[in-house]
Amino acid sequence: MSAVVLLLITALGLGALYFLVASGLSLIYGLMRVLNFAHGAFLTIGGYLGYTAGEHLTHGSASWPAFALMLLIGAASGAVFALLVEVLLIRRLYQREIEQVLVTVGVGLAAVALVNGAWGSDSRSLPVPAWTSRTTDVLGARVPNDQFVCIAAAVLVLAALLTMLHRTRYGLIIRAGVENRAMVTALGIDVRRAFTAVFVIGGAAAGLGGVLAALYNSSVSPGMGDALLIYAFIVVVIGGLGSIVGSLAAAVVVAVLQQFTNYYAVSGLGDFMVVLLLAAVLLVRPTGLFGRAS
Amino acid sequence: MSSILSVRGLDAFIGGQQILHGVGFDVGGTGVAALLGRNGVGKTTTAKAILGLVRRHGEVRLGDGGGRRIDSELTHRIVGRGVGYVPEDREVFGRLTVAENLELAVRDTRPNYELVYGLFPELAARAKQLAGTLSGGQQQMVALARVLLNENRLLIVDEPTKGLAPLVVTEVADALAAAAQTVPMLLIEQNLAVVSRLARDVVVMAEGRVVHTGRAADLFADQDRLQQLLGVHQTAEAKA
Repeated sequence: MSAVVLLLITALGLGALYFLVASGLSLIYGLMRVLNFAHGAFLTIGGYLGYTAGEHLTHGSASWPAFALMLLIGAASGAVFALLVEVLLIRRLYQREIEQVLVTVGVGLAAVALVNGAWGSDSRSLPVPAWTSRTTDVLGARVPNDQFVCIAAAVLVLAALLTMLHRTRYGLIIRAGVENRAMVTALGIDVRRAFTAVFVIGGAAAGLGGVLAALYNSSVSPGMGDALLIYAFIVVVIGGLGSIVGSLAAAVVVAVLQQFTNYYAVSGLGDFMVVLLLAAVLLVRPTGLFGRAS
Repeated sequence: MSSILSVRGLDAFIGGQQILHGVGFDVGGTGVAALLGRNGVGKTTTAKAILGLVRRHGEVRLGDGGGRRIDSELTHRIVGRGVGYVPEDREVFGRLTVAENLELAVRDTRPNYELVYGLFPELAARAKQLAGTLSGGQQQMVALARVLLNENRLLIVDEPTKGLAPLVVTEVADALAAAAQTVPMLLIEQNLAVVSRLARDVVVMAEGRVVHTGRAADLFADQDRLQQLLGVHQTAEAKA
């Protein structure tokens, strides 16, 4: 029983990281039809700048305000980096979707190389609040506290995204644009501003995810973004491109399947099961769990 | 006669294939000009080319006395200059509510909800309903309402009665007639009864070119010419 509870909560923690990456990817693809291979780089940059801030702010373990500031800096740097990528590169390739995808691949590779050059290829441990290194007893299971931080952050991001999508004009434009981009422009709306908005929002979520992934792994490393990006793509496809709720559901399903298979069957088999699930979903429901044919 | 829209030598392309070949016509400063022709002659492409929704080149001017060239502008700018577009097949946002569809379409600081809800009281009652669950006629009302919320200098309305029940056709035609009182309109329409009721001028296309322009009344009076251009006798009058 306690093993099940522990696996479930750690799976939710991992699912939270998947969701932070996948939500932005899904919005960007849904609206712009761009598979953003630079999204892992947004996460890595956010993680490293959050880490660097932590190094300057604290020695040893971080206080809660310092850690909150690290999260904020991670999110802000992810957002700024995403903004630059969109404005300087993606926007210039408007309506050239293949070239847009290629440029994101290039940015992803270049950013990881840059991180390697600036911070080195070894992983570095992140200063975190002491509480997050301890455990809490939940129904007999000793659950690491960092899991709760990841889950809480993902819930807050989910709430913020849903509020933005359903309560603001930008959100209205994004939801309409996911459905029919040409018709949004035919109502006199410059849909390119919504493109910039989804990049900034997605970059912020990924950058925040970078600091949280560093908390989850206890360290930052140059490959951290791309390691999550692969699963985030799978989550986005399973959940349905363009659907935030779909990303959430798929993030939980993928992480739970992965954790339980790795624990109860063979370690490593969980990753394979996720790919099998992806294949099954594509065969049965090619538009994903919450996607609709466009 | 002053014109609100003047099109000259307009070519348009879809997927590398040329659909329009030097299309030219004018839309008058008042009343309805109908764009007619058999299926697949390029009527919808003409509307999309004017709006910049397909790749095009040629001269398109909006406004009186020569007007301003809009043929290299982006779609949202053209619409922002006061060109209301009601597309073929309505293209309402099915996953947004009726109210959200209307809210999205608002360009003016003071959108004219009284006019819209006066014409289509049903939309007020169904404000919270997802537009995708509406009937075809109701969706057409949403599509028309989206443009009528704003002040327009020109409406481009593409097959508004397509696939609608006869009673709803009359309702939509009434709304178009009301709108045409205040704003000039380019109307693409297959239902000749609706055309003869609303249109003053006609532009007839064939194979991506304009083959006839003139007064609607003159064309409808000349059964042989009508048969030659559109392949129909005007027997639809009783259905209007």
